[in-house]
Amino acid sequence: MSMLEVNDLHVYYGSIHAVKGVSFTVDKGEIVTLIGANGAGKSTTLNTIAGILPARRGSVEFQGEGILGVPAHKMVRKGIALCPEGRRVFTQMTVEENLQMGGYTRTDAENADTVEDVYGHFPRLRERAYQVAGTLSGGEQQMLAMGRALMGRPDLIMLDEPSMGLAPILVDEIFSIIKSLNDNGTTVLLVEQNASMALSIADRAYVLETGRIVKEGSGSDLLRDDDVRRAYLGG
Amino acid sequence: MSFLTALINGISLGSVYAIIALGYTMVYGIAKMLNFAHGDVIMVGGYLCFCTVQYLGLPTLAGVILAVVGCTALGIVVEGLAYKPLRQAPSLAVLITAIGVSYFLQNSALLIWGADPKAFPSAVSFPSVKLFDGQLIINSITIVTVLAAVLVMVALTLFTSRTKMGKAMRACSEDKGAAQLMGINVDRTISMVFAIGSGLAAIAGVLLCSAYPTLTPTTGSMPGIKAFTAAVFGGIGSIPGAALGGVLLGIIEIMAKTYISTQLSDAIVFGVLIIVLLIKPAGLLGKLVPEKV
Ligand SMILES: Nc1ncnc2c1ncn2[C@@H]1O[C@H](COP(=O)(O)OP(=O)(O)OP(=O)(O)O)[C@@H](O)[C@H]1O
Ligand SMILES: [Mg+2]
Repeated sequence: MSMLEVNDLHVYYGSIHAVKGVSFTVDKGEIVTLIGANGAGKSTTLNTIAGILPARRGSVEFQGEGILGVPAHKMVRKGIALCPEGRRVFTQMTVEENLQMGGYTRTDAENADTVEDVYGHFPRLRERAYQVAGTLSGGEQQMLAMGRALMGRPDLIMLDEPSMGLAPILVDEIFSIIKSLNDNGTTVLLVEQNASMALSIADRAYVLETGRIVKEGSGSDLLRDDDVRRAYLGG
Repeated sequence: MSFLTALINGISLGSVYAIIALGYTMVYGIAKMLNFAHGDVIMVGGYLCFCTVQYLGLPTLAGVILAVVGCTALGIVVEGLAYKPLRQAPSLAVLITAIGVSYFLQNSALLIWGADPKAFPSAVSFPSVKLFDGQLIINSITIVTVLAAVLVMVALTLFTSRTKMGKAMRACSEDKGAAQLMGINVDRTISMVFAIGSGLAAIAGVLLCSAYPTLTPTTGSMPGIKAFTAAVFGGIGSIPGAALGGVLLGIIEIMAKTYISTQLSDAIVFGVLIIVLLIKPAGLLGKLVPEKV
């Protein structure tokens, strides 16, 4: 049994059919990536799993339990964290307060341990613990958003375009952190526009086109796939 | 001496505005709505205290507690019944609903207590303080009012900066979507803020009625509007801004009454507001948030 099983998921925005019968699985310990062009339905899929958007049809099972219809604020306790597109850090709060909010569902004692782990992954956050998040650079905000999501000690972390808008060197850093999070036992569902990076660290990948999965395979297979190369890797 | 007296009276009135404005601004901060019924909660608080003392014969303190408990509950019920169903609705619909709630509360009070003004028993009974050979008299209610405002301000500041609940409130104020991803129950947090704001309105009601001891179903309207003005004056959404705006508004109002004209005082108050907003559109302490993309 997979950790996450999405089956025939349909999501609408009013009359716009954004996700049209998406099915995929994520196994414990994997990095799985969803790649696809702008508007393919990647964020919609993640937001629906996270309980932010309602599904019209289909099912989502997490660790054997149906989670469609569970409100978003109950997902952290179930073991799912979403690091949303555009980071969405609390710009008027300090780095430390942002992390504390990430650990909202946990006790102060638990958070004291977790925050050390997070600072271990992101030493730069420790240096800026008392800085207001709105004044962090884009890369630091991304690290904070990921650190904040990790504060809930999720079994599955969903990352929506963590490399968006970052300089290449920071992209490398973010991806190596994702890899090390995964090595430490966190299962990762990654949505990316940067397909070559995503495929190179992913165990498995799905290609999403206008709301449908059109291809799936191991990360390395898709990296060599002609269609994928042409459409997403610039030849 | 008359200047000092006016200043003290201004600070006292301003302290009441500040307490009301704090509720206004917190509710605005999290629910992004102007709760025009906020002023009428003040009136309900006044009546609850009045009834406890007058009809049940209990001490004033019991009246204050009952008013706070009653208004807190009222705040939660009003939010749940009237505003929560409109969470996704356009803000104009919410505004009109708030005006409706305001009239509903006023008319309910009219039905229950009638239109005749009630003589409010003073909430404090210790003697006034006389300074400078009796030339400057500070009423006990003035002292209590200012102390209450300071206490409320300190408590709210500690609450929002130190406690997990308070920080969750700030998180919701900034980004509800992100807040729920943290596991914060946004609906419950909003409800809690309405509860706090309404409890504060009850305290303001008792203080206001003790200083100006007539109570009618429309008692809360004008102070409500003034406190809203104070919140905008200080920078809507900002807690220190509401406190500062409230106190300044009270001082300006009393000074205008003392030195210029009683009839014109409200016009002067709003005139000052307009000038401040022309110079600082976000209000005195309202800030434009730094944002990076
Ligand atoms: N709030 C919304 N209202 C209406 N349509 C929407 C809304 N959000 C997304 N859509 C539409 O749904 C489709 C899928 O959008 P989604 O944001 O899931 O794409 P995406 O794959 O994440 O794209 P990107 O890479 O640009 O983030 C798009 O056609 C988009 O226009
Ligand atoms: Mg997206």
